[in-house]
Amino acid sequence: MSDIQRITRRDFLKRTGQAGGGLVLAMTVTTACGPDAEMRTVTADGKFVPNVYVNLRKDGVVEIYCHRSEMGQGIRTCLPQVIADEMEADWDRIELIQAIGDEKYGDQNTDGSTSIRRHFDLLRRAGASAREMLIMAAAQLWQVPAAECEARDHAVHHVAGGHHAGYGDLVEHLADIDVPENPTFKAPEDYRYIGKSIDLIDGFAMTTGVANYGIDTQLPDMLYASIERCPVHGGKVRDFNDGAARQIAGVVDVVRMPDPTAPPFYNPLGGVAVLASNTWAAQKGREALEINWDNGPNAAYSSEKYREELLISCCNEGKLILNRGDAAAAFAGGAKTHAVEYYAPHLAQSPMEPPAATALIHGDGRCEVWASTQDPQSAQNTVASILGLDKEEVTVNVTLLGGGFGRKSKSDFVAEAAWLAKKAGKPVKVTWTREDDLRHGYFHTVSAQHLEASIDEGGNVSSWLHRTAFPSIASTFEDASTKPAVWELGLGFVDSPYAIPNMRLETGDAKAHLRIGWLRSVCNIYHAFAASSFADELAHVVGEDPKDFLVKLIGPDRKIDPTEDGAKYSNYGQSLDTHPIDTGRIKAVLEKAAEMAGWGRELPDGHGLGIAVHRSFLTSVATVAEVSADSSGKLRVHKLWTALDAGTVINPDRVRAQMEGAGIYGMSLTLHGEITAEDGAVVQGNFDTYPVVRINEAPAEIDVHIMNVDAPPGGVGEPGVPPVAPAIANAWFAATGARIRELPFRNAGVV
Amino acid sequence: MAVELTINDDLHTLDVDPQMPLLWAIRDIAGLTGTKFGCGKALCGACTVLLDGQAVRSCALPVSAAAGRSVTTIEGLSADGNHPLQVAWRELNVPQCGYCQSGQIMSAAALLERNPQPTDTDIDTAMSGNICRCGTYTRIRKAIHRAAEDRS
Ligand code: FES
Ligand code: FES
Repeated sequence: MSDIQRITRRDFLKRTGQAGGGLVLAMTVTTACGPDAEMRTVTADGKFVPNVYVNLRKDGVVEIYCHRSEMGQGIRTCLPQVIADEMEADWDRIELIQAIGDEKYGDQNTDGSTSIRRHFDLLRRAGASAREMLIMAAAQLWQVPAAECEARDHAVHHVAGGHHAGYGDLVEHLADIDVPENPTFKAPEDYRYIGKSIDLIDGFAMTTGVANYGIDTQLPDMLYASIERCPVHGGKVRDFNDGAARQIAGVVDVVRMPDPTAPPFYNPLGGVAVLASNTWAAQKGREALEINWDNGPNAAYSSEKYREELLISCCNEGKLILNRGDAAAAFAGGAKTHAVEYYAPHLAQSPMEPPAATALIHGDGRCEVWASTQDPQSAQNTVASILGLDKEEVTVNVTLLGGGFGRKSKSDFVAEAAWLAKKAGKPVKVTWTREDDLRHGYFHTVSAQHLEASIDEGGNVSSWLHRTAFPSIASTFEDASTKPAVWELGLGFVDSPYAIPNMRLETGDAKAHLRIGWLRSVCNIYHAFAASSFADELAHVVGEDPKDFLVKLIGPDRKIDPTEDGAKYSNYGQSLDTHPIDTGRIKAVLEKAAEMAGWGRELPDGHGLGIAVHRSFLTSVATVAEVSADSSGKLRVHKLWTALDAGTVINPDRVRAQMEGAGIYGMSLTLHGEITAEDGAVVQGNFDTYPVVRINEAPAEIDVHIMNVDAPPGGVGEPGVPPVAPAIANAWFAATGARIRELPFRNAGVV
Repeated sequence: MAVELTINDDLHTLDVDPQMPLLWAIRDIAGLTGTKFGCGKALCGACTVLLDGQAVRSCALPVSAAAGRSVTTIEGLSADGNHPLQVAWRELNVPQCGYCQSGQIMSAAALLERNPQPTDTDIDTAMSGNICRCGTYTRIRKAIHRAAEDRS
């Protein structure tokens, strides 16, 4: 059945709460409705609505609904590029509307670098079916064959008959036109916007201060909340004294939040909230609270001790995940072996805008929120469940996000605002402080890895053992979880591209003591750091050029399927047929990045080049770093070169921007990023103790090359991050002869 | 207590605790939300505004320190949004999430006022108090150079 399905107007109104009229069609992946006798595609107020993403008004303006959250990746520019192109609509006559959270849009979780790779065809259909319907309407009007008509420049033309009709003028003739089952997509050579670097749709708003983020919502009579949460994950309030807090001018109320749940899910973390007439009064009131905590089961957690345990765990035989050949036999017969451990700490996403949300309970009990959320449907569900409402009674308005990086997929902060708004009987805005963000997040997990390889007489890697141990994100949803989830092992572990005849991949157990969540490229960060650094180590063990060695290690052109070696693998939810692990394409980006960087050239004294390549989110990215050590042994990254193969690209400039940003984000976690805990509580609190790369540390340039590959799109937001840490580690080795196997480099004294 | 100050050429009388940081007075009381909160400790620059032409971190400055003085926020940097920096920022598509960019542009505006032709090193020194978590630094450098050229 077509994925374009019809829904009745009543249905539409119920789902969107929007004033429509007439009847509409919806495109969803989930709803299945039969044809309706009353079906019309033109609403009473005169809009042509061929699907949930497109409304064409009589004045010719095309309203496009962006159902994905904008957090810096540029989706509010790229999504309408696709629809407008297929629709043959003029860019200047597009009006972009941010969609509320609603299942009729299909998946809205802006996570996993999925906005284009999973929705490209859907968005093309939305545009193409609108275009074909406009053509059919015009053909009917002019009594000519549709095949002789052409849609171009926001109008339909029948050149032979001298007919032309603007899109707006056709709206009233569309009522009886059926939605095409299989609209034909444009040929790529006819694209007007896809593949073009169109300027940011929000560029003006973002440079003039009028862009609205979650933290910017202001409602009449609104209260501002600041919440003191238990310093230890899993702890709760024993009792508290709010006498002093209530004395602070502007403080309106002090409220004990509901206790946190175990496992945490996306529920609020409990604590005590201060409600006030402005943010500052709320923060002052909060400082004046005296709270006795029951620190709960993680009160003894020390990340320093845990590091030792995890390193031991990854050195003991683990659970077998992938087995190729006979690694044990190869180790026994190897001429040389090399074995090491890698470690990477917890990280916080720390988007520039801390989590913030505003909620209002309407007179009829319905709840409306405004939030910088990556996942409006999950926010809708979480709010509904904490308020005891049906999800249809919760409206989630999605603001711009001041960065997300995975943090804002979790709607705990939205639920806090909703719960407090109900309690206070007034609208409430919850604003997390930076300390809240760094201490109470859903942290990127800590990890330890053991790598061991044997090298045969000919200098070839004959066996490879890789064992990974890290507290799983599954622990956020399942208390007892000590094993990685299958999908986590698909992130740079079982999908190894190396052509090594004997390979053994194992996992160790690890229990979580903090809330664990996604951070831009997730497990790929530490898996790529370890595997791509270790490959470089092996190159030096055999005395070969690291780039040539890597090409050899990846081996002949082929398509890899980890399930052939007994692993489970989901390929980021997409088919290996459309998005293969193609070693030829991986090597191509590797060679390209090397060429861009002038690999092998004479370098200034004290400089070194390092290279790494990693495929994640269906996109292969190779990065070369040029670094040096100054006279006091401190590291400087001079330049990064990145080549990527993301298949079809919608907006090359946004892709380049994502790679530039990934370079800096990757540098931050390589050089500085570390969340530690003592007595269960996170030690870091702000950018002084959790430093990130600033402009004075940024490389002079980050050069990006996008491979021209005719293939379905891969992800872009995340895959630039994983190769950065190993490229820098390998460059540092080239420059100094010192190998750093632990993140961040700050702890090695080189930053 | 009332604090009188000028924000973007408008005289405001704000009935606030004089210790309230200027940031929250601007955002919550005056209702201008273009100035952002990122750290509250003068560590990130998201809250940068001009106080009598000097870049200051409004999160770390009590509103009383601005009494009788003139504050410029991103909303007041230019009448039409076309300050050379704003134009250059758009031409080079600097913003990603955009959240830090008000502060970046205000810091850059103060820089160009005192140093109309800054070098990369000047830029790095003047702008190192402004964090961009999206990593737009290389474009920020280019945009400042472009704006400097456009002004000269
Ligand atoms: S919010 Fe003022 S410097 Fe960060
Ligand atoms: S553009 Fe997102 S923090 Fe700078």
